[in-house]
Amino acid sequence: MLKNTFQAYGAMTKIVHWLVAVVVLGLFALGLWMVDLTYYDEWYRSAPHYHKSIGILLAVVMIFRTVWRLCNVRPEVPIEHTLFEKKAAHSAHIILYVMIFLMVLTGYLISTADNRGIEVFNWFEVASLGSFFENQEDIAGDIHRWLAYGLIGLVSVHSIAALKHHFIDKDNTLKRML
Amino acid sequence: MKKLLVALATTALFSLPVVAADYKIDDKGAHAFINFKIKHLGYSWLTGRFNTFSGTFSYDEKDVNASKIVVDIDATSIDSNHAERDKHLKSNDFLNVSKYGKAKFVSTKITDKGNNQLEVVGDLTLHGITKSIVIDAEKIGEGKDPWGGYRAGFSGATKLGLKDFGIPERLGPASTHVELELHVEGIRQ
Repeated sequence: MLKNTFQAYGAMTKIVHWLVAVVVLGLFALGLWMVDLTYYDEWYRSAPHYHKSIGILLAVVMIFRTVWRLCNVRPEVPIEHTLFEKKAAHSAHIILYVMIFLMVLTGYLISTADNRGIEVFNWFEVASLGSFFENQEDIAGDIHRWLAYGLIGLVSVHSIAALKHHFIDKDNTLKRML
Repeated sequence: MKKLLVALATTALFSLPVVAADYKIDDKGAHAFINFKIKHLGYSWLTGRFNTFSGTFSYDEKDVNASKIVVDIDATSIDSNHAERDKHLKSNDFLNVSKYGKAKFVSTKITDKGNNQLEVVGDLTLHGITKSIVIDAEKIGEGKDPWGGYRAGFSGATKLGLKDFGIPERLGPASTHVELELHVEGIRQ
């Protein structure tokens, strides 16, 4: 089943969830690694190129994901979950979405501060909207970095919570996303 | 009569010409430039500039050796026409501007070499390190401007080793030094 039902997540939701998970972790690792490459490293130019290209495509996926989420029903929360767990999980999911969008936005602001667009895999170019504030590349860069640490922190909490439900509470919280 | 004399004396006192004329660098009108260039891989020159700075100098044609110049440079205003590169140049890989946001040049000795050539020795503070450098300078010209002011202009060149200012050499063996090209025009105050 492609779409969600009241009983289960649909295939699309699951596929996109895991795709975004892999991409976000990959971009984090790539980003962390690429900023320390030396000038003569053969990846010095290509690593940021891939990082930016994948980031833009992630934005497209996330927009689709948000639309999909809004026009699908949400499966009922497992009855074992406490009210606190429901609220915490729901807030965490929303914050994860917001953080990913902010990551894309700040990344975009770094690269486009000088009116240069972003080349996506030499496939198409996302135009620059110019500079919105002084020292945009530095300020957006700082936010991008700290937001990334925050995002990975929240991803860890999200994952640990899922594993806790699976191994300790032994409910189907994790399984229903598989 | 006495009053008039006092008035005249006062006027004379306050309008006494200073020995060397004081000039303010015309950064408002952007008639001054702090440009740099560094070799890219040894194959070409990469150029950039500092957009924000201010300064003053004193200069008298008849007593060039008494000249002085002070320039304050905003290191965060480095501009190589590429935001991602500028971000990198401002990071602690290079200028570390969050810590060392200000650069400064203060002349210590200016020597008239004749023929409008000058040797400007001074202390440059960059990346938190102060070192004496020598700038080969040339007076380009001076005279009245069309708007009621008086201007004098100079150009200068010098070469800095990145290592001398504690900046890591990350750009390869061809790019260990950066050349500065300075152009200043001052408005007499």
